[in-house]
Amino acid sequence: MYKIEKSRLSELFAAIAAQEDLFLPIKKCDQANYGLWTEEAEVDLDTLKTVKSPKDCFFPQSETLYKCKNEDGKLAIDPAKLQDKPFVVFGMRACDVQAVKVLDNVFLNDPVDSYYAARREHGILVAMACHEPEETCFCKVFGIDAANPAADVATWMVGEDLYWKALTEKGEALTKLVENLLTDADEAAVEKEKKQIQAIIEKLPFSHLDLSVFENSELMELFDSPKWEEMYKPCLACGTCTFVCPTCQCYDIKDFNTGSGVQRYRCWDSCMYSDFTMMAHGNMRTSQMQRFRQRFMHKLKYYPDNNDGMYSCVGCGRCVSKCPASLNIVKVIKKMGGEA
Amino acid sequence: MGECTCGGNHGREMLIPMIGVITDIRTETPDVKTFRVVGRDGKKLFEHMPGQCAMVSVPGVGEAMFSITSSPTNKEFQEFSIKRCGTLTDCLHGMSVGDELTVRGPYGNAFPVEQEGALKGENLLFIAGGIGLAPLRSVINYVLDNRDNYGTVEILYGSRSADDLVQLKEIQEVWCKTEGVDVYLTIDREQEGWDGHVGFVPSYLKEIGFQTNKKVLICGPPIMIKFVLAGLLEMGFSKEQVYTTLELKMKCGIGKCGRCNIGSKYVCKDGPVFRFDEIDELPPEY
Amino acid sequence: MQELVKRAKELLADGTVVRVLGWKQGDLGYNPEPAYFNSEEELKDFVYDGFCGANLSKYMIEACKMEGNTLVFLKPCDTYSFNQLIKEHRVKREKAYIIGVGCKGTLDIDKVKNAGIKGIESISQDGDTLKLKTIYGEKEFPFNDALLERCTVCKGKTHQVYDELIGAAEGEEAGPVGNRFEMVEKLEAMSPKERFEFWQGELSKCIRCNACRNACPACSCLKCVFDSNQFDTAQKANVDTFEEQMFHIIRAFHVAGRCTDCGECSRVCPQGIPLHLLNRKFIKDINEFYGEYQAGEDTDSRAPLTNYTFEDVEPGIVVERGQK
Repeated sequence: MYKIEKSRLSELFAAIAAQEDLFLPIKKCDQANYGLWTEEAEVDLDTLKTVKSPKDCFFPQSETLYKCKNEDGKLAIDPAKLQDKPFVVFGMRACDVQAVKVLDNVFLNDPVDSYYAARREHGILVAMACHEPEETCFCKVFGIDAANPAADVATWMVGEDLYWKALTEKGEALTKLVENLLTDADEAAVEKEKKQIQAIIEKLPFSHLDLSVFENSELMELFDSPKWEEMYKPCLACGTCTFVCPTCQCYDIKDFNTGSGVQRYRCWDSCMYSDFTMMAHGNMRTSQMQRFRQRFMHKLKYYPDNNDGMYSCVGCGRCVSKCPASLNIVKVIKKMGGEA
Repeated sequence: MGECTCGGNHGREMLIPMIGVITDIRTETPDVKTFRVVGRDGKKLFEHMPGQCAMVSVPGVGEAMFSITSSPTNKEFQEFSIKRCGTLTDCLHGMSVGDELTVRGPYGNAFPVEQEGALKGENLLFIAGGIGLAPLRSVINYVLDNRDNYGTVEILYGSRSADDLVQLKEIQEVWCKTEGVDVYLTIDREQEGWDGHVGFVPSYLKEIGFQTNKKVLICGPPIMIKFVLAGLLEMGFSKEQVYTTLELKMKCGIGKCGRCNIGSKYVCKDGPVFRFDEIDELPPEY
Repeated sequence: MQELVKRAKELLADGTVVRVLGWKQGDLGYNPEPAYFNSEEELKDFVYDGFCGANLSKYMIEACKMEGNTLVFLKPCDTYSFNQLIKEHRVKREKAYIIGVGCKGTLDIDKVKNAGIKGIESISQDGDTLKLKTIYGEKEFPFNDALLERCTVCKGKTHQVYDELIGAAEGEEAGPVGNRFEMVEKLEAMSPKERFEFWQGELSKCIRCNACRNACPACSCLKCVFDSNQFDTAQKANVDTFEEQMFHIIRAFHVAGRCTDCGECSRVCPQGIPLHLLNRKFIKDINEFYGEYQAGEDTDSRAPLTNYTFEDVEPGIVVERGQK
């Protein structure tokens, strides 16, 4: 275990950035989101939850898959370059780290998505324990320990220091890179911090949601529940929940005609949008109730069915604080029978 | 999904397409054309099994999933029968021989034509409506080319009018003339010059009254499928004997973009071919 | 609040309405959700407090298509939206029984959280102070500092349309309010470069979630032009500066003259983009060009942008102003 004084963090960031691209929470126009570190950037490690999750670093909101040109009727396809340099994502919370594992199950399963795989291969995850968890957090429900984030490097903010511990080979390599800025530290302070975090988490209002209804009920029983009809009505059919969600991975593939060729790009899509399933011959989810049900069934039943019971929710609570109609997955879990 | 259906595409990024060249266009009906496609080298783009699909695209216009209508036994090319019904299909219908498009695939499972106890060794009844013949044609020709592996073949095909029957030439000149193959055609309404059967597919099905010693493959408009299935069950067929192929909006074709799911199944990956007893276990969102 | 519930029960019981549109108690101290109540029993979850910011006029577009009449609770500023929707034939007056509810201002929990107050378990009000029980101890926060921006420039406490009033303070001034055009004036005073940088910074945060559009009572098109796949915009992508230059500006143009300045767009934006400033710029210009106009004040007047009078400014105004 190492440590570095908080006041010297900018040196640490500069040292990392000198070698590799560094993404971390940056405050811009009052909001914290992951962005590329620059000397001028206002780093914000105090805000617990960035608006968008760091999912962007591996699965960008929008990315070109390939360019296509049509020259005299002859098509030419030019695939986008894959990530080929290491980069660091600093400050990821335990929930967001787990969210990457949720995405892995989608993108790294056969057939592998090479765009995502390249970013995962080159990305180094530096996680940070949650010093002060908030009332919207419920990561514990999914077995995530916010005091012990499982990344390449785990860090803890304690008093005036940031404690640093490499957990993987990638993490060791990064540690070597910045070794001269770190000093040896004993684990006592961190152990105390962990206990404090865990004690707070026990007290959070959503920490003891019960998911057994989703494990014990048949898919069709949940699907046919009259409760969806009772729940969905305030939903405005916007995509806020899906776009702030660290595990929502549905995407659209679209063309952008640049005038001198076509960029075929993929971008995040939302199952909350009516055109999500719209085809030339019709739409099989014509009501917002169906779309609402799809999103939560996917997270709590369909995905776990296909992934050994792993849920596609990590309890980050972003939807809890961002839904314009104050709907969210917690209300759904409770309504379906998961009130602790 | 059972065995790998990547068609030898291991390791290749599945979202990057191949370039295909249109070598023939047949106008089947006022709104259906069949496109023959090969690679630039003049060879078949990939190997597939009957019932599998591919993503066909005109860059700048769109990309969509189409069933491959040619049989895998055809070693020279792939064919797609495409109905004009949206932006992309509109554009495809305006294309000419020699034009290029992009193709990626094959995707999805296939009709279990090589599986003993499933379709192999069985008597087969094909029921199609309109453009629904497209995916079944691939199976029919595969079966005819491997005739010894299957029992009797019966084909019931209907359309709105005589002009809307797809692959009519092949039906009349090949299928009708093949021994051990019975073809039943029908159109929805009386029409001058048509002396065949008139009436909807489900009612014709009951009129003919097939024996239940066979497997059934259905494809057509949802409403036809619904009534055909009801008719079959009435006639004594069980859902385990009946296969169909589903279609939902797809973007990736590889079970990742998240929009063609019915419950926890993805039509592009776990389908498009399902047996009706399997469909029964899924939410009715198709 | 008890009075609201009591009245709702009566109106359900005597058959005046078949459903009630209000707000339902959330599971945190600050997240009530818009909700329909179909029975006396369901009304046990009814709540009305400072966090009931949602403008229910938007929901009335759908409610008016349902069988039977709907009782809706509208705050003073929500009634402007309702009136405007009547004018645009998006709601039916006779399908709504409107109870105008008094409003002491609606609150923005983010303002409290941004002040470093975390782990909020419950909130109560004591005079001008919000008392917060949190996991990290008891905290206090001045009520006025937690007001949504729109409430700091309140349009007034008078309901524009209603069947009855409960707890309302008709005609009462909204207390000391700021000049709602202050920031617009600041932006006008900037150089084009500064102004562009301001909006680029704000709009580049946009995640294209469409919350602003879907919450906006003026955005009532059955199918939005941005949802058309015929329209060659990168509608879901956020790469090509589209948000910075197009989406929000087009939307502001489309609601110009119809926007009542209800502030829902800014309230719901997950990235805190001050979208209301675009609309206010239009309102300010309309006021200057055509005389004071407040959308939603009435249901039958011709709106300045859809009417022509000899007094209208000449198009040349654009050139003159541009030279400034």
